Amino acid sequence: MPKPKVAFYWCASCGGCEEAIVDLNEDILKVVELVDIVFWPCAMDFKYDDVRKMKDNEITVAFINGAIRTDEQEEMANLLRKKAQIVVAFGSCSHLGGIPGLANFWDRETIFESSYGKGCPSVDNPDGIVPQTVSKVPEGELTLPAFHNTVKSLDQVIDVDYYIPGCAPPPYLTMKAIVAILSGELPEKGAILAPEKTLCDECSLNDSKPEKISIKEIKRISEVISDPEKCFLAEGVICMGPVTRSGCSEEGDGKCISANMPCRGCFGPPPEVKDVGGKMISALASIVGLEGEENMSEEDVEKLINQIVDPAGYFYRFSLPTSLLRRKRMSNPAKEDRYNG
Amino acid sequence: MKDEKLAIVTFLCNWCSYEGADKAGNARLNCPSNIRIIRVMCSGRIEPQFVIQAFIDGASGVLILGCHPGDCHYKKGNYKAIRRISLLKKMLRQFGIEQDRVRLDWVSASEGERFAKVANEMAETIEQLGPLPELKILN
Ligand code: SF4
Ligand code: SF4
Ligand code: SF4
Ligand code: FES
Repeated sequence: MPKPKVAFYWCASCGGCEEAIVDLNEDILKVVELVDIVFWPCAMDFKYDDVRKMKDNEITVAFINGAIRTDEQEEMANLLRKKAQIVVAFGSCSHLGGIPGLANFWDRETIFESSYGKGCPSVDNPDGIVPQTVSKVPEGELTLPAFHNTVKSLDQVIDVDYYIPGCAPPPYLTMKAIVAILSGELPEKGAILAPEKTLCDECSLNDSKPEKISIKEIKRISEVISDPEKCFLAEGVICMGPVTRSGCSEEGDGKCISANMPCRGCFGPPPEVKDVGGKMISALASIVGLEGEENMSEEDVEKLINQIVDPAGYFYRFSLPTSLLRRKRMSNPAKEDRYNG
Repeated sequence: MKDEKLAIVTFLCNWCSYEGADKAGNARLNCPSNIRIIRVMCSGRIEPQFVIQAFIDGASGVLILGCHPGDCHYKKGNYKAIRRISLLKKMLRQFGIEQDRVRLDWVSASEGERFAKVANEMAETIEQLGPLPELKILN
């Protein structure tokens, strides 16, 4: 019997998710024994045409990491969808929009301005030249993929069968997923292949929380020497544990927590959380300034709240494109599309 | 229809503000027609997610009214609301949604006139801001 065919592809990604495959270490040899890797541009020499030539559904499973930011990525996602029986959104960028998704606080025009225009002090570009999808040169035409205004998660572009969360996903979850797929023991379509409990539920620091937390001051992690025995939130350092799915480490404690860093939410929300930011505001408002709340003026509250410098960026660090609001409403949303013909 | 475009979702706490609105109605005070009232048990019940959802569903403004500080039926729900809404407004601004589109205020059961005043002020603010620009997910 021919071996099942597997493809790996990257879209708007940092390469960390590719590294996460390599991090399977010896296990990758087991995988290679069981499957044929038919496409993996980051690690092996394949061409897009190799995929185009395949029959529909010829690939058993395609793991796609990275968000969708350009035409090329969208096209490849669609192509792989056609050629693969199962598509897995691999990693936070693909699952939720991820770090590249933070670009949704801007649009193409403002991004180009800060990268190629006067907004960028290290760029000398007096003619204001910006990337064009087509440029005519004496030798002919040069083309570039179009750069989108809005970053999308993979499932905002194609139908996705499963998700493996994490920035980057931990090897043990990847391995579990591969084994499940190869053995045909598949969960329900659309499943996120990770535990459902919150990180707090699994956190060994949870017990250190006092019965009633009241934070008088919000501190950034760089401003404190945090006690490895104490819950970050109780100390006034924002930890996304209450609104984040567990499973980033096999041991229970979050990977970041074990490294004495607060969770930043890369695993995304557990099933009961509809919107990470909304829920995190609720969680924080219940503990910030709780003590003596009846004597606090609105100005006092504002002062306290203003210590959270960048709530949207902090809460949706990994998930802006899949948040309820999805992106910033630009006052002038790319009125004249001067960058794409 | 102008009214539809400028819908103001209005959350009223059951114990004070809803009664206040009722008083305003009974006294036939002039109230804006574009408020859409939703009764909740307490202003502290309002999750930021509800406010965000209202905007996504087409509201141009969200008004949240509860008992005056100190008078909350559940003692402290409205204090929590102050902190929630304050942080929510700050976050919404980062999404390009003006802070004035959300207002948290207090109306007691006897304050029919105050209800009418706050509701009319809110309607005026939203009239000035206009409808929330549609969210366009542009390629
Ligand atoms: S999820 Fe993290 S590791 Fe993977 S591509 Fe995105 S930023 Fe990189
Ligand atoms: S808030 Fe963070 S540190 Fe505290 S229990 Fe939850 S995950 Fe652990
Ligand atoms: S602790 Fe949080 S941010 Fe860190 S790896 Fe786990 S889920 Fe991701
Ligand atoms: S019951 Fe009215 S604000 Fe709590």
